[in-house]
Amino acid sequence: MENNAGDLQSKSPFAVKDCALITIATGIKVQNLKEFAAALKDVPAGSIYYHFWGRLLRPLFDEPEYNNDFASWAYRGLQDKFLAEQLSMVIPTDYVDMEGLRQEMVEVVEQRLDEFEYVPWSKADQQFHFLKSQIVIFDTGIRYENPIELVPQIINLSTGSIYYHFIDARNRTDDREDDFSSWLKGLSNEYDELVKTLCSVDPYFSSLKEIRLIVSNIFQEFFGKVEQ
Amino acid sequence: MKRPSEQSLQNMVAEYQAVTSPNVMHQLEQLAAPLKGARVLHINSTKEGGGVAEILHKFIPLKQALGIEADWEIITGNQEFYQCTKGFHNALQGMRQTISDKLLQNYEQTNRENAEKLHEKLKEADFVFIHDPQPAPLLNYISERKGKWIWRCHIDVSRPYRQVWKYLREWVTPYDASIFSLPEFAQTLPHPQYIVAPSIDPLSDKNCPLPEREIKNVFSQFNLDPDLPLITQVSRYDRFKDPLGVIEAYKLASKLTPLQLVLAGGGASDDPEGEAILNEVKQASNGAPNIHVLLLPADANRTINALQRASDIILQKSIKEGFGLTVSEGMWKGKPVIGGDTGGIRLQVINHYTGFLVRTPEGAALRTRYLLHRRDKLKDMGMRAQRFVRENFLITRHLREYLTLMVGLTSGDVERISVGSA
Repeated sequence: MENNAGDLQSKSPFAVKDCALITIATGIKVQNLKEFAAALKDVPAGSIYYHFWGRLLRPLFDEPEYNNDFASWAYRGLQDKFLAEQLSMVIPTDYVDMEGLRQEMVEVVEQRLDEFEYVPWSKADQQFHFLKSQIVIFDTGIRYENPIELVPQIINLSTGSIYYHFIDARNRTDDREDDFSSWLKGLSNEYDELVKTLCSVDPYFSSLKEIRLIVSNIFQEFFGKVEQ
Repeated sequence: MKRPSEQSLQNMVAEYQAVTSPNVMHQLEQLAAPLKGARVLHINSTKEGGGVAEILHKFIPLKQALGIEADWEIITGNQEFYQCTKGFHNALQGMRQTISDKLLQNYEQTNRENAEKLHEKLKEADFVFIHDPQPAPLLNYISERKGKWIWRCHIDVSRPYRQVWKYLREWVTPYDASIFSLPEFAQTLPHPQYIVAPSIDPLSDKNCPLPEREIKNVFSQFNLDPDLPLITQVSRYDRFKDPLGVIEAYKLASKLTPLQLVLAGGGASDDPEGEAILNEVKQASNGAPNIHVLLLPADANRTINALQRASDIILQKSIKEGFGLTVSEGMWKGKPVIGGDTGGIRLQVINHYTGFLVRTPEGAALRTRYLLHRRDKLKDMGMRAQRFVRENFLITRHLREYLTLMVGLTSGDVERISVGSA
């Protein structure tokens, strides 16, 4: 068993990985916005990651109204729609690392606190519980030499594989992009258009199954055109 | 627990593959690969009745099918032991309880005796999962243990009665990890606290598809009116399940909407309070011709399955709930659930999508009337509920999280773990 902080997918062949995630309580919970701001500064970086991305591997119903747990709590717990909207527009891939993302979150929350004459509270049973996760990554043993081989297979990938290659990759690659794009870029510039389309997918409002379908369709469309 | 044959284990994997997807089982096989041959022991206090026993009945053979040496043992105790642990249960769910020193001494002595009986297995196991407070002190009596010990709490401990929790925490603190069903239940403990929701088994007698004839049969079997809408709550006769609130809700709703209510429950062998609550329920329903209070034996799983399928709406109006497997059971059968706005029910009932969350009998009555009046909504919610369970609350997801946890626990406090040739 190996502990692996990063795993880059830029050389051929494409190695299909899968992953499973387990949620862990950090023991930190907050009931008002001031506590929330203070906790944001202290929680492990993995907790910020979890509340932005880990939610995709948790029970979620259809279309979430906000695209990260912090924004959802601002709306549901604090009833602060303004803050929820602001937190929703913090895009994790805009920041070099989790610390940059954390800093931005703290700014947004402290700015909001400055605007209030009182500290907004949630009900006792609507507290925000900071969570983190352990992610176990395993190799499926499947390899693809040529991108066209992926076309019929993407739809059969597990949601864990989709999470790993399309979501988690943004957190561990230098260019903050998905593994498919990294791989295609490393192969040849004939895939530039495909990479461009993949990079334009907004993964924030879709379930992993929907993302799988979107990616599959993009590959099918690209290689369908090439064949014509 | 006797190990099933290789063939029957393989058949079982194929059956789960059919209900879920080949992907799901393949993923479990890969995740289990580094755990092959590991000795995993589960301990609880009852083989029949209650959600924990139900989960373990299928969990063990599934783990075995994946190459893990899984086993399940129960601890046994006298009447005072169960009286004490029922007190713990009530206190952890927030009820003020005074538990005498005599009961506590008996609790500790019972655990000491069970530890002696199970000593070899407990000592040798690579992973020991201790379910709920009943066997929690076992760890303390196995000094030469070699494996990782995990305390699995199935109870809603979001606001425990502090005095009792303080006592139990002493037993739980030395564990390597604990598992709670919801983040809200996590406590201040010096070890990792994993969050894992329970699950239902889609292939069990309680949840498998049934022939139409068998479903219809419940109407004659329990003297129900096939022409009246049926609402059902299936649960132990326990104050926290609020059966009296359900009767009140029925009475309010039936003033305007003709319907019938089934309260179906059995007793768990580790629950000494059930009979007293059942008597209160019978008294409250006295004289109402369309309230059917059923006391079913522990193995009446197909009957419960048929009752849930025959129902229009499933109720689970608990005022405290660790998870509430009956919610997922009802949803799996395509029924909307009207559930108490508490604990694990919130995870399953997405308000207005898979059912309704309510806080009062009046709320339950209102939503019952609405759904019976709007059959289109009832049907839509039921379909969404079934899909939601398929994606989130089947035993395969539960097992995946346990496997992940075991791999995680042996890897130390790191966020990313690569296994196999990754």
